[in-house]
Amino acid sequence: MTAVREGAVLPSVVAVCRTRAGVELKEFFRQREAVVFTLMFPVILLLVFGAVLNYDIGHGVTFTQYFMAGIIAAGILGAGLQNMAIGIATERSDGTLKGLAGTPMPKAAFFVGKVVQVLVVTVLIEAILLFVGAVFYGVTLPSGSRWLTFAWVTVLGSAACTLLGIAISSLAKNGRSASATVTPIALVLEFISGVFFRFSQVPTWMQTIAALFPLKWMAQGLRSAFLPDALAAQEPAGSWELGRVALVLALWCVIGLLLCIRTFRWQDR
Amino acid sequence: MTRTFPASAVSDGAGAGPLDPDAAISIRGLGKRYGEFVAVDGLDLDIPRGEIFALLGPNGAGKTTTVEICEGYRERDAGEVRVLGEDPAGGDRRWKSQLGIVLQSGAGDSQLTVREMLQARASYYADPRDPDEVLELVGLTEKARARGRSLSGGQRRRLDVALGIVGRPTLLFLDEPTTGFDPEARRQFWSLIRSLRDLGTTMLLTTHYLDEAEALADRVGVITRGRLVEVAVPASLGGRETAPAVVSWTEDGARRTEATPTPTAFVRDLAARFPGEVPDLAVARPTLEDVYLSMIGESA
Repeated sequence: MTAVREGAVLPSVVAVCRTRAGVELKEFFRQREAVVFTLMFPVILLLVFGAVLNYDIGHGVTFTQYFMAGIIAAGILGAGLQNMAIGIATERSDGTLKGLAGTPMPKAAFFVGKVVQVLVVTVLIEAILLFVGAVFYGVTLPSGSRWLTFAWVTVLGSAACTLLGIAISSLAKNGRSASATVTPIALVLEFISGVFFRFSQVPTWMQTIAALFPLKWMAQGLRSAFLPDALAAQEPAGSWELGRVALVLALWCVIGLLLCIRTFRWQDR
Repeated sequence: MTRTFPASAVSDGAGAGPLDPDAAISIRGLGKRYGEFVAVDGLDLDIPRGEIFALLGPNGAGKTTTVEICEGYRERDAGEVRVLGEDPAGGDRRWKSQLGIVLQSGAGDSQLTVREMLQARASYYADPRDPDEVLELVGLTEKARARGRSLSGGQRRRLDVALGIVGRPTLLFLDEPTTGFDPEARRQFWSLIRSLRDLGTTMLLTTHYLDEAEALADRVGVITRGRLVEVAVPASLGGRETAPAVVSWTEDGARRTEATPTPTAFVRDLAARFPGEVPDLAVARPTLEDVYLSMIGESA
């Protein structure tokens, strides 16, 4: 008989997490569309905007310096929300998730793998953007405690986006429909949240809509890391509102987590 | 041809006795509905360890629902189920480690190579098989470094089976494993299943192909409208081995047929009427397909 051998023990959760992290990284970096769309697109936008719109926005700051915060926020959104929503919807509709659910893989290991994927991609996007900005467009990198702000906005923003992306994946029928829904929404949010334009130029009613979503707060928090404090006066509240940035992003983390717990499915209906 | 089949005790909830804890699968009074539609309607079944059991039935008869309840994918509305002694609704990692599941929908898309997929899958189990040995067993050794999406339909299905058996399952579920195979690929697949049986693996197989059930299964269950209408060894399904034989021959330029419970005596009499050979003589028992079609036709 082929009963489980006496004394055979299940692999540790940590070991399976390690396997899943490796699988998720291979799945991402071997998929050309994902690499181009998620990883290279923000870099291309930085190159284009930096070349075209490198004008002075006051206090000796270039638009590229301002755009740096926005494009990094958009990169975090892409690596977290869009990547998860489309990726998991695809895996659900093609049966990958159902297959995994039938194995003794601890469910938590799946999510750990996804988080590792998002983290690696996010850090890579940020590193490339910072490098390109600093080398080609003379972007001044954050210094001292501003790195700390940069780090916590990244972590909190990425967590909120990832959780929301996983939650949204359950609404879509498949990867293609997830992409068709999420991509335009992300693009609109980027336009009204101060990524492509200065937020102060966005009409007030659009600012109000943008303030309901995490992207605006991520961009604002990152601006505090890249811009001189003199420019805080241009923000809607006249300050960086870092406390509120943290609060809104944390709130979105909670909402995203609750939605995930309530809606996550391992198989199509 | 209309014939009646003996009312089967297996579809009768009463009298099926208690759950058999030693069986690979034991089911009593299983019920499942989707809204108004009754998918499984009081199904009883025992599959002993080591057996290959084939579940036959038309689309929508309840095959996949029954199998997916046993696999832990769906919740039942009524009845009791034990798979390897445990209730699949509460199956933990250790329980899942003893199962192999080949889904009807396949294993999904991946950027990983065939070997990488098997290595990852193996790492979830307590006592996995060596991925390279599994590749050898399913005949995919040459495709070890290929990505999943570059495989042909038959190769993909063999990969699904490889993923299903790499965890060294005690019990293997195969949901329509050979749909879309050409005849050659199906023969190869059958020999793979037989070699797994020789290793002691219990298998629950669903299929549309009667020849597949006949070639592989120790016992066959026919399911229609969520009920098992009969469980038998393939050769005697529907009383096939004692069913009237059909004798046919040509006489006076016309084709004649006669159904008879005693074909030997009938042919002896027939032979006496002809000086030489009986023209175009043929004696046929109902095929599994005849029996099956009249069974599902009867209850449809």
